Amino acid sequence: MALRIDSSYNRFRDIVRGKIKQNLRKYISNGEWLGRQGKDVISIPVPQIEMPRFRFGERGQGGVGQGPGKVGDSLGPGEPGEDGRGRAGSEPGQHVLEVEVAMEELAEILGEGLELPRIKPKGKERLITQRDRYIGIRRVGPESLRHFKRTFRQALKRQIMMGSYDPKRPVVVPAREDKRYRAWRTVPMPQSNAVMVFIMDVSGSMGDEQKEIVRIASFWIDTWLRSQYRGLESRFIIHDANAKAVDRDTFFRTRESGGTMISSAYKLCAKIIDEEFPPSEWNIYPFQFSDGDNWSADDTSLCMEILKKDILPKVNLFCYGQVESPYGSGQFVGDLRGTFPDDDNVVTSEIQNRDDIADCIRAFLGKGK
Amino acid sequence: MPHRTAQLPDFLVEIQRSIEEVARGYGLDFWETRFEVLDYKRMQEVAAFGGFPVRYPHWRFGMEFDHLNKGHVYGLSQIYEMVINNDPAYAYLLEGNSLVDQKMVMAHVLGHVDFFKNNYYFSKTNRKMMDSMANHATRVRRHVERHGLDKVESFIDVCLSLDNLIDPMSPFITRHEPPKAEDKEEPPVEVPRLRAKPYMEKFINPPEYIDERRRKLKEERDKPKKNPPEPERDVLLFLLQQAPLEPWERDVLEIVRDEAYYFAPQRQTKILNEGWAAYWHSKLMTEKILHASEIIDYADHNAAVLAAAPGQFNPYKVGITLLRHVEERWDKGRFGKDWNECDDYDTRRTWDKHLGLGRQKIFEVRRLYNDLTFIDEFFTEDFCYENQFFSFSKNTSSGNYEIDSREFNRVKAKLLYQLTNFGEPFMFVEDGNHENRGELLLRQRHEGVDLHLDHARATMEALHRVWRRPICVLTVVESKPRMLRYDGSEHSDRAA
Repeated sequence: MALRIDSSYNRFRDIVRGKIKQNLRKYISNGEWLGRQGKDVISIPVPQIEMPRFRFGERGQGGVGQGPGKVGDSLGPGEPGEDGRGRAGSEPGQHVLEVEVAMEELAEILGEGLELPRIKPKGKERLITQRDRYIGIRRVGPESLRHFKRTFRQALKRQIMMGSYDPKRPVVVPAREDKRYRAWRTVPMPQSNAVMVFIMDVSGSMGDEQKEIVRIASFWIDTWLRSQYRGLESRFIIHDANAKAVDRDTFFRTRESGGTMISSAYKLCAKIIDEEFPPSEWNIYPFQFSDGDNWSADDTSLCMEILKKDILPKVNLFCYGQVESPYGSGQFVGDLRGTFPDDDNVVTSEIQNRDDIADCIRAFLGKGK
Repeated sequence: MPHRTAQLPDFLVEIQRSIEEVARGYGLDFWETRFEVLDYKRMQEVAAFGGFPVRYPHWRFGMEFDHLNKGHVYGLSQIYEMVINNDPAYAYLLEGNSLVDQKMVMAHVLGHVDFFKNNYYFSKTNRKMMDSMANHATRVRRHVERHGLDKVESFIDVCLSLDNLIDPMSPFITRHEPPKAEDKEEPPVEVPRLRAKPYMEKFINPPEYIDERRRKLKEERDKPKKNPPEPERDVLLFLLQQAPLEPWERDVLEIVRDEAYYFAPQRQTKILNEGWAAYWHSKLMTEKILHASEIIDYADHNAAVLAAAPGQFNPYKVGITLLRHVEERWDKGRFGKDWNECDDYDTRRTWDKHLGLGRQKIFEVRRLYNDLTFIDEFFTEDFCYENQFFSFSKNTSSGNYEIDSREFNRVKAKLLYQLTNFGEPFMFVEDGNHENRGELLLRQRHEGVDLHLDHARATMEALHRVWRRPICVLTVVESKPRMLRYDGSEHSDRAA
């Protein structure tokens, strides 16, 4: 139903979207609201938009209430009776706005805010599937697609017009010209599948804050890639000295102690790609997060070997985010840069704290690959 | 007579007729009232527009709509009744409400309409506001078409920042005498002389002195006049008259000001108006209208409307209990000198002169009072204790709000304080040509509470957009007078 309020409402949504875009970096580095994700929408808290007015400063002036209680009894931290103070109707209440934004829209805001280019899928149009979609009704078609209700409605119309309809004996007989069929259209769908492989170091040196950063960064990467590819799969690998493929929950929760051998994760990653995602059909994105500590120089050179031979030739982009931690040496990012100084497909980024997440995302996704 | 609209089904028209008959029997006096049944979406839309089905488009209505819609989806709030101060009055019923609810809303609405029609503070409001609002919408739309949405919208935002800078009492008072015709021609300056016999004249009124006085007076008169001559409370009016506005900007500002004046009495009479309507719906419902089978549902819903959560101040509830209290006092003759001077508990408790003046008194209250005067006159010590009122404030060490007093004087003072000027600061235009540089000087009449400085600065930016010259605000910050200034690009402040 069209409402008169629609234009005002849409305008309000535009303003809110503008606010989110304006404060995008703040939203990116603050992950508290990420839990409020539904299937296709996410609910984002936006500070109340207020008209500035000449008004009194101290909101804590208090007021008058009614009810039992002794002098000195606490009424709780909020201003009591905020809504009851006889202002309803003329002014909106004081509260944080929760705005529901479609994930696609959020990706759009992210893209515009960080100036991310759209991704050109590799090998596009190589795989084209055709999908039939029913779009309407037409007068000819196979009997199997006959639209029963429309057909009888049409017959009834005709009979009433011709005066042959008798309400006392309501028999409706469709004639040939009454028949209606469902119409379809064939839409070619370029199929571009993508898979993200998240790799995280869960050794003792990665603390909670580091994991939180990874969680936030991976949310945004996920949001963006999802807006670029139809079927997006994700795989999660955690490793210390050994690597394991796990599900999303375990990925963010596990904390191991022990050493770190990055090569184990690379081996597993290469294996997953080989077994499940032939590069001819898939756009592959490994994202590795680590504090940059590795067991030994030997293992590091083994890593570079695997990367060069088994991973890089198959993937669109290899992204490495190094989260600074008080325990890690932060050596690995230097090794990577040293080994692949000019390789366009290797992106590295160093994340000191939450404020750098936006830059990291931009580095990873800014290539449009 | 109930007006028959397409929306209102026959059975509701029938109910309306019977409720109106009963209400008239009690002495209520209302306009023709047109009820419309709306589904919840339309109801929210109309509510977001402040009760008017047609209003100019603005994002804040959209925000309100979003808020109402969420309240509905999460089951937190429901719009029970909405009624517009207009002749004929318009009111809305929510589709799908039970019959008891619809009856209750109708009775409640009639109470409001009676109040709109008869309360003194509403007497100067525009009674054809429904049409005016639609005209405002058309005018704003036209400006949008001609000047672009962004431009007009941002100017509306500016005006809304200023829409509390009005003088709600001005419709009732002539603040400025219109200049009299004979004032135009300036009379020659006359120096008053002392009476003297002719031969004493030059001693009692020496010519040198008279000349000197004449010169002084002339100088005084020729000095540039202050603008405005007296501090002006209606800042919007001053801006309309003197700010360098484009015609469309003037029009928008006028619209915002009109609407602010229209809504002001509703803000001034929240407690009394709601109390009055609640008083009448419960009287009409319980004494005449309800069927025996409906009484439980009614009591349930009525209790929800009048509920006061601990620590809350519910205007419906305070209004209705205070009205009933007044009715009882005048019924029993608990007023006047004898009553006030009696301090024997038992005598007071059983005091009843069987005067039966209660009904008459509350009708008088509904005609002549607003929230401030209502509370000031009838919020008595007895009432305060009986109804367990308290005042609360923030405990700075714990950050919690705490009951700080149950003492009658403090509670009442706080209540009155909140109702004075809607709990907003008093701002006056002091000088439209401050420092002889065309700057606008506003002054806050400081009564103990400082301005919210961030808001004040943002509001000054809005003022600058209208006045187009630097804005100064004379206020008090932490007990020291200060002058805030905004010159169009930078804020500054200094001791004043």
